[in-house]
Amino acid sequence: MRRERGTAWLGRGAWYAALIALSAPFVFPFLWMASGSLKTPAEIFAFPPTLIPDRWNWQNFVEIFRYQPFARQYANSLYIAALVTLGTLCVSAPAGYAFARIKFRGNTVLFLLLLTTLMMPTEVTIIPNFFFMKFLGLINTHVPLIILPILGANGVVSTFLIRQFFLSFPQELEDAAMIDGLGRFGVFWHVALPLVKPALGAVSILTFLYSWNLFLEPLVFMNDLRLFTLPLALNNFADAYGVPVWHFQLAATTLSVLPVLAVYVLAQQRIVDSFVLSGMKG
Amino acid sequence: MTTSTVPLIQPRRARGRAFFDALHGYVFIGPQLLGFFAFVLGPLVAVFVFSFQDRDLLTGAVAFVGLKNYRAIVVDPLFYKVLSNSLVFTAGLVLLNVTLALTLALLLSGNFRGVTIFRTVFFASVVTSAVAWAIVWRFILQGEQGVLNQFLGIVGINGPNWLREPRWAMVSVIVARVLKNVGLNMTIYLAALKSIPHEYGEAARVDGASGWQVLRSITLPLLASTTLFVAIITVNGALQVFDHILLMTAGGPENATSVLVYYIYRQAFQFFQIGYASALAVLLFFVALGLTMGQWFLRGRSAEA
Repeated sequence: MRRERGTAWLGRGAWYAALIALSAPFVFPFLWMASGSLKTPAEIFAFPPTLIPDRWNWQNFVEIFRYQPFARQYANSLYIAALVTLGTLCVSAPAGYAFARIKFRGNTVLFLLLLTTLMMPTEVTIIPNFFFMKFLGLINTHVPLIILPILGANGVVSTFLIRQFFLSFPQELEDAAMIDGLGRFGVFWHVALPLVKPALGAVSILTFLYSWNLFLEPLVFMNDLRLFTLPLALNNFADAYGVPVWHFQLAATTLSVLPVLAVYVLAQQRIVDSFVLSGMKG
Repeated sequence: MTTSTVPLIQPRRARGRAFFDALHGYVFIGPQLLGFFAFVLGPLVAVFVFSFQDRDLLTGAVAFVGLKNYRAIVVDPLFYKVLSNSLVFTAGLVLLNVTLALTLALLLSGNFRGVTIFRTVFFASVVTSAVAWAIVWRFILQGEQGVLNQFLGIVGINGPNWLREPRWAMVSVIVARVLKNVGLNMTIYLAALKSIPHEYGEAARVDGASGWQVLRSITLPLLASTTLFVAIITVNGALQVFDHILLMTAGGPENATSVLVYYIYRQAFQFFQIGYASALAVLLFFVALGLTMGQWFLRGRSAEA
C-alpha cells in the first residue's frame, strides 16, 4: 500500500517534470522577449545572459515611437482588424444563413463553388490580385487588406462555419415566425441571428486575429511606412543594412503581443473553442 | 364556400412567395459571391493566363510566350532545390508536430492539479502572431551571442550558428513553426481523447495490460482518424509557410530554407519575373489540388474502415 503510494507520487513527480521541461520552449520566448525589451543594446547580448535586466531601460518603449510612426502603425492594425471583422460579419452571416435556409436555384452548386476557395492557398492568387489592385489604383492603400480577407479565404471559412451552425438548429422557430407574417429579412435578423451568436463570436475572434497577423498581403500591397500594419512594422526595426535593432524590435514586439495574450488569458476557453471549431471545418 | 377558393389561390401566392424568397437568397449571398468571382476565381484564371506571358513592369508590355515559363522551371536547378526543401519542411513539420501534439495531449488528458495552466501555456503561441514568434526565435537562435548557444556553452556544448548553417537552419525553422502551432493540434487530440470511454482502458488494465499496451493497442487505434485529420491540416499549413522563412532565414543560407511560396514571392515581387512566378503559382495550385484529392481518398478509406 505504502509502496504503491510511493510510486504514484514518483509518477506524479515525473509527470510534472516532463510537462515543465516541455513547456520551457513555449514560455521562455515570451520571457526572453519581455526581458530583451527592457535591456540596453549593451546588455542585450551580455554574457552570462540575464533574465532580469541589470538596468531597466524603459526608454526603449519611448524610442520605438520615434524610430518610425509606430503609434500610427499600431492604430492601422487595430482599425483594419476591426473593419475586417465587421465586414466579415456583414457578408458571411447573411450568406451562411441563405445557404443553410433559403431555397433558391443553384444553392448547393454555388456553395460548393465557393468552397473551392478553401482548397487553394491564397498565395496562388496573390500575383493577379496585385495587378488587379494596381489597376484599381489601390496599391499603397489599406483597401486590399480589408477587402481580401472579407471576400477571400477567411470570409469563406466564416460563411461555412455560420452555415454549419444554422444547420444544427431546427427550422421550426423560423417557420413559425414566417407564418406570423415576419418577412425573410425579419426572420433572419430577429429570430435566426440571435441563435448563432456563439458562431458569430467565434468568427469575430478568428477574423480579428487573422487580420491582425496578416503578413504577406501588407508586404505585397504596401510600401509607405505610415501605412504599415504591425507585422510589417515589427520587421522594420532594422538599420540600413537590415540588421535588427534588437532592443527596439523586442520592445515593439512585446507591445504588439501583450494585449493579445491578455485577452487570451481572460477569454481563454472561448478563444480555444473558436480555433478548434475552425480547425474542424474540413 | 370560402374553403373552395383557398386551393385556387394558394399555389399562385406560394409561387410568388417562393420567388420572392429566392430573391432574398441571392441578395444574401450576393456580396460574397461577387467577391469570390472578383478576388478568387478571376485571379485564379488570370494566374494561368499570366503563366503563358512575359510582363515588363516598367513598360507595361505583355507578350505571349507559350510554355517558355514552364520550360524555364524544368531547367531551373534552384526550383528542384526549392521543391525538395518544401518536401523536407513539410515532412519534418508534420512528423514533429503530430508526435509532440499527441504527447502533450496524452500528458494533459488527466485531471491533475495545474492541468489548465499547462494547456493555456501550450496554446499561447497559437494566438501569438507568427511574425512576433519568428522574431523572438531569430533572436534566441543568434550565432554566438544567442541565448540558446550561451546556455549550451555553459554546459560545455559549442552550439552551431543555427540560422546560418544550411542543415540547422531548416531544423530551426521547422522547430520554431511546430512550437507556434502545435497547441492547436494538441487541443484537437484532447477533444478526441475525451470522447474515448474510460472503460476500454480500465477493462484492459484489469486483464493485465500495461499502460503502454493500452496506449498502443487501444488509444492510438481509436485516435487514428484524428491523427489523419491533424496531419492533413498540418500539411496544408506547411505548404503555405512564408512568414517564418522570410523572417528567420530569408530562404538562406544558400537557399537551404527557400520553400515554394517564398520562392514565388521572391520571383514575383523582388525579381519581378511575373510570368515565371505565375507558372510557379500554377504549380502550387496543382500541388494543393493533388493534396485535396489525396485527402478525400484517405478520408473515404478511413471512413470505410
